[in-house]
Amino acid sequence: MANNYLTTESKKLATWYFTFAAIIFGAQLLFGLVAATQYVIPGFLFEIVDFSVARMIHINALVVWMVFAMIGSVYWLLPDETGIETVGIGLGKLLFWVFAAAIVVVVLVYLLVQVGPADETSLWLIHEGREYIEAPRWADIGIVVVVLGFIYNLYATGMKGNRSGIVTVLMADMLAFAGIYLAGMGYTDNISVDQFWWWWVIHLWVEATWEVFVGSLAAYGLITMIGAHRKVVEMWLWIEVAMLFGSGILGMGHHYFWIGTPEYWWEIGALFSALEPLPLVAMFIHVLYDWGKMQGEEAAKGQDVSVIANKPAFTWFVLNAIGNFLGAGVWGFFHTFPQVNLYTHGTQFTSAHGHLAFFGAYATLLIGMFYLAVQGKNGIKVMNTTKKSIWATSMIFGGVLGMTAALTLSGYVEVLVSRAQMGATWAGYFDSQASVWFMQGMDWRLIMGVITFLGFFVLVADLLSIGKATHHKR
Amino acid sequence: MAKKSVWSDNRFWQRSAAWVTGFASMLLIWLTFDTIPQIMLGTDADLQNGVTKRVPGPTVINYKITYEMDKKRGHEIPVIGEKEMFFGRDDYSEEEAAELLHLGKLGSQVKNCMNCHTLLGNGAYYAPDLTKAWLDPAWGPEGSMQAMTGKSSKEEAMAEFLQNPSQYPTHARMMPNLGITAAEAKGLVAFLKHLSSIDTNGFPRNFGKIQGAVHGK
Repeated sequence: MANNYLTTESKKLATWYFTFAAIIFGAQLLFGLVAATQYVIPGFLFEIVDFSVARMIHINALVVWMVFAMIGSVYWLLPDETGIETVGIGLGKLLFWVFAAAIVVVVLVYLLVQVGPADETSLWLIHEGREYIEAPRWADIGIVVVVLGFIYNLYATGMKGNRSGIVTVLMADMLAFAGIYLAGMGYTDNISVDQFWWWWVIHLWVEATWEVFVGSLAAYGLITMIGAHRKVVEMWLWIEVAMLFGSGILGMGHHYFWIGTPEYWWEIGALFSALEPLPLVAMFIHVLYDWGKMQGEEAAKGQDVSVIANKPAFTWFVLNAIGNFLGAGVWGFFHTFPQVNLYTHGTQFTSAHGHLAFFGAYATLLIGMFYLAVQGKNGIKVMNTTKKSIWATSMIFGGVLGMTAALTLSGYVEVLVSRAQMGATWAGYFDSQASVWFMQGMDWRLIMGVITFLGFFVLVADLLSIGKATHHKR
Repeated sequence: MAKKSVWSDNRFWQRSAAWVTGFASMLLIWLTFDTIPQIMLGTDADLQNGVTKRVPGPTVINYKITYEMDKKRGHEIPVIGEKEMFFGRDDYSEEEAAELLHLGKLGSQVKNCMNCHTLLGNGAYYAPDLTKAWLDPAWGPEGSMQAMTGKSSKEEAMAEFLQNPSQYPTHARMMPNLGITAAEAKGLVAFLKHLSSIDTNGFPRNFGKIQGAVHGK
């Protein structure tokens, strides 16, 4: 870029993180498409890139791009919040390259080596075979080192500069986020104990620390994009933290219904996870309320200009409020009671929830951050939407909603045929898979997946070109 | 002038958030200390003395396992019965059985089972759940898999299938060849047998009880 308006190294580093995240996001969608195709055409890439490999890359790339975009988001907002350049930014930049190189090696090994003999060496060098955190042990250790460096940047900057409420929440949250990862690094022959700790990572990430991260980022977005009052936004943030951690930490119980753990987790999981949608409702209302309030203040002054300083980013932030509530809240609530979960656990129903929740709660907000970075990099005061941003938003959001609807219907068939009627046997499983409704669901999922994937290319084209459009206020 | 209400005070909400988070975390840690001892592997002595463990010891492979309705608990639980041959033996020592389970659990991770199958209901949904696979009628004497693989026992049929999965296609969606050796296959079958003995609070419901409910078969 000829003109780079970024004045801090922290923000420059953030754009590196965002760029790499966007590439991995593309890889996630590509391998998701391979896996979706295999449901429709089972022989597709058989014994070349099998479903297990495609899915491993699909969900691991998901985690990686989100972690990259989250770290990037923190580097982005730190100078704004603390008023100073990030402390130790040189180390941060070095660690970015270490992290990115490690991820490339991990993915290449997944793709080219795929499986090894059943020994410890394979766990160290190839993958650990536990979904979402498959990364081999050498990479685990590398990730811990990189994240420690990131935590150092965050803490040193937060302590030296102005420590706002948002930065305080992030400091506590990111430390928990990093610390919890350690719970998933061990090996045990006891699969119940294994899954017990594995859920500490997965659940306490996506239903606790990541959600609090989203709350912090939404707070930052409301202040920077519509000029919401910091006092109000930060008070809401603390309330959200109380609600999210208050329900989410013990909501972990809903993963302990059937893995060998005692029955009392039924009650604990049901009670606390039933409360988990509440903060998501609160966040949704908060975003829309603040928007209306700020616009109303303008109207009272006799102005009818939009208060939004970055329309595409704000669109994604609002979609986050809706998507988080729908995907994590509603779709999660559907099957969070043990009486229901007994039949839905391990069906496409979970997959439907997973798709809309990860997308609605995290992808939307992080795409919004990409747009904020484009705005900052190009020195734009008010960034408007383009045709491409509208197309990208509609195709991606519509595509994921469509996939979710299709997977939900397929999930119902599995619940009814495989679980309720047939008792979850091998034969029962394949009877459900052969059902016309199930197969139609998989066809629609693939079609909607293609739309999402095409939408991704429009999004990338928009991110690369929107900064040069002439209808912005500079 | 009325004093500023505490309900609109950021410090109040910050403290509340810290207390709520602290309380929830302490409760989780306390429950973890209660749960972990309950799900540790049992011992061979437990099995010999009929002591029920949520996760039995590895020598459970020496015994017959069934999945039966427990009236008091209102759902099925695994029941460990008489001695049963496993690859021609029913006298695996604690060390031998532990070694088999170790190889099998390690194999289940390295071969990436979880990214097609579900284990204890967690994983991918591209292939059948393996939680109670050992008890599946398809692998029993009446099922199709023993005849298909030309083997006379459940464990041998499973081991043969695991080593050459694409030779025995049961559906258009096939299991790929993962380079599983004979020793690894034996370990994996031991792992599956042990898995089926874990008390999963009645998941999956009605496993193997209803056959032919669909398509009038």
